Amino acid sequence: MASDLLTNWNNYPIEKSEVSSPVFAEDFYTQLAESSSFIVRGNGRCYGDASLSPHVISALKFNRVLNFDEARGILTCQSGLLLSDILDLIMPRGWFLPVTPGTRFITVGGAVASDVHGKNHHKDGSFSQHIVSMKVLSPNGEIVVCSALENSEYFWFTCGGMGLTGIILEVTFTLKKIETGYIKQVQIKSEGLDEVLDLFEQYSHYTYSVAWIDCLKKGPHFGRSILMLGEHATIPELNGRQHVYPKKSKTLSVPFHFPSFVLNGLSVKAFNSVFYAKNYKREMHSIASCESFFYPLDAILHWNRIYGRKGFVQYQFVVPKDRGKEGIREILTRISNKGWGSFLAVLKLFGTQQGPISFNMEGYTLALDIPINAKLFAFLDELDIMVKEYGGRIYLTKDARMKAEIFHSTYPNASRFTSFLSEIDPEKKIVSSLSRRLSIK
Amino acid sequence: MKTALILGATSEVALALADQLAAKSVNLILAARNVENILPVKSDLSIRYGITVSVVAFDAANPSTHKHFYESLVPKPDTVICVFGYLGDHTRALTDWEECTTILNSNYVGAVSILNVIANDFENRKEGMIVGLSSVAGERGRQSNYLYGSAKAGFTAYLSGLRNRLFKSGVQVITVKPGFMKTRMLKGMKTSPFLTAQPEKAAALIIRAMHHKKDVVYVLPTWKWIMLIIRNIPEFIFKKLKL
Repeated sequence: MASDLLTNWNNYPIEKSEVSSPVFAEDFYTQLAESSSFIVRGNGRCYGDASLSPHVISALKFNRVLNFDEARGILTCQSGLLLSDILDLIMPRGWFLPVTPGTRFITVGGAVASDVHGKNHHKDGSFSQHIVSMKVLSPNGEIVVCSALENSEYFWFTCGGMGLTGIILEVTFTLKKIETGYIKQVQIKSEGLDEVLDLFEQYSHYTYSVAWIDCLKKGPHFGRSILMLGEHATIPELNGRQHVYPKKSKTLSVPFHFPSFVLNGLSVKAFNSVFYAKNYKREMHSIASCESFFYPLDAILHWNRIYGRKGFVQYQFVVPKDRGKEGIREILTRISNKGWGSFLAVLKLFGTQQGPISFNMEGYTLALDIPINAKLFAFLDELDIMVKEYGGRIYLTKDARMKAEIFHSTYPNASRFTSFLSEIDPEKKIVSSLSRRLSIK
Repeated sequence: MKTALILGATSEVALALADQLAAKSVNLILAARNVENILPVKSDLSIRYGITVSVVAFDAANPSTHKHFYESLVPKPDTVICVFGYLGDHTRALTDWEECTTILNSNYVGAVSILNVIANDFENRKEGMIVGLSSVAGERGRQSNYLYGSAKAGFTAYLSGLRNRLFKSGVQVITVKPGFMKTRMLKGMKTSPFLTAQPEKAAALIIRAMHHKKDVVYVLPTWKWIMLIIRNIPEFIFKKLKL
């Protein structure tokens, strides 16, 4: 078997792996029987070591659509299918994903394993809430059909379970009816952090909401941001200007890894200022294609390369709502004082959460990219402790460096999860670098 | 609308061919020994492209079933792509006659058996296209794989004769000669990326050859020049080489 150097979207860590790419379900049974230990990988869009292991099984060729109930909006597919392929199929027929993260280049299996959330979490919850049922190949070779009603423990530990409960083979989930491929978008500029946190509450009736924060701005405008709200546009709202379903737009690509010095405090400040100044009015209304509203960064392929070869981490945490404002302010202040630069700081208010091991909880979440430097991990360890003190937690899908102790003390069902895993996988067949690092298996 | 029959539909090149033909709105008949495996392909391609896909059991190694297999197809295809083949274990086949006959039957006898039936139908209908996946291994016997190579050599000669016979009936016969191809489990040897075709790339080259009604095509095209050299090495030198 061929050995490759494998890494995920943030270019850290890089590990040597043997990769095989099954095409048929029976290939997975063979792999399960023959391999000593492995992890299944989707499209490598997580930010860390969740899909790394000395032996990796890529699900990308296991990507067939099995059933599409066009009248009721229910799709069944194999786990390696990309959300982008699903959108190509369903959007022209008047359907959209119930929940989508900020990139459409992830697999359905990845969406389940991370229990991904989107800009509509406060309204529609995370991906798991829309799953009708799943077929999972358990580590002992049994096919487990599970849903919120059937084998529900298996189901809930698979949602957000980082692929550790078995090989997710097939997923059936419900879609959202749309009239057009456009979003009626409102952008509201806020002068500071408190204002934007209040705006989330004020506009919580919107289906989609997210804010981009300039996390380098200090002084009175600390936390200045743009809140983006959206609703699916109806045909009359298009003014007849657009086609009902927009044509695919062209993508650009970052051709190589930028040298590390390109991204510094100054260049990021300049970027953020321009981005902020673009919104010259306090409130702007517009019609945007779903593509540009949900996936602004997908338009630039390999945008991760701007952070250079050393890679970056994306730090995403959530703090509960009751002390959330205080928590976000304190942690953002620490980050802002460091000035280590981030193009993106994304803020969002989550709604309540069902999954026992999922990241989401009712509260504020902040995500930002930081290029890796020698002192970064020690600094993030300090932030972890603050997140923990506020009763929050770190998103495993974005994590490459958290200490095991932090995971076990911040995820309330961590011990139930690990004992469930040791029950169904006593031989530790399904193991990732993340599960080892966090002492999950 | 056109209908293509793919014989040996579970290989990765066959799957890539199915994907790409479906995207061009060609209806498909997918034939393979293990029907179960290709049912997801049937649902996928019919849902995505709105084409008709049927899945039928076919065993290349069992020629007595071939006539009945073809007669039961409704509608009849106008394009046939013969993809199946079996590399086998050459070293074992040197002493194990069963392995040896499997190699010969899968790569030569089985192909001749089914294509005889199809050629007669196409000749009567005075239309159609037959694409056979042979191999560069059939151009000169090498000590490392001459059992497979000789079967493919037979298949190449068969296709060439068929092309000659069916020309006047307007039936196109295409011989495809793949070199190395990336296979699903990535087993075994590391091959040069310049000589190794990804299944998707191989399928695209085959479909292009079908579009341009080529007679013989190499995948990748570089192999044409490599084989030109290999064919022209004098035998007294060739026999001393470790190939």
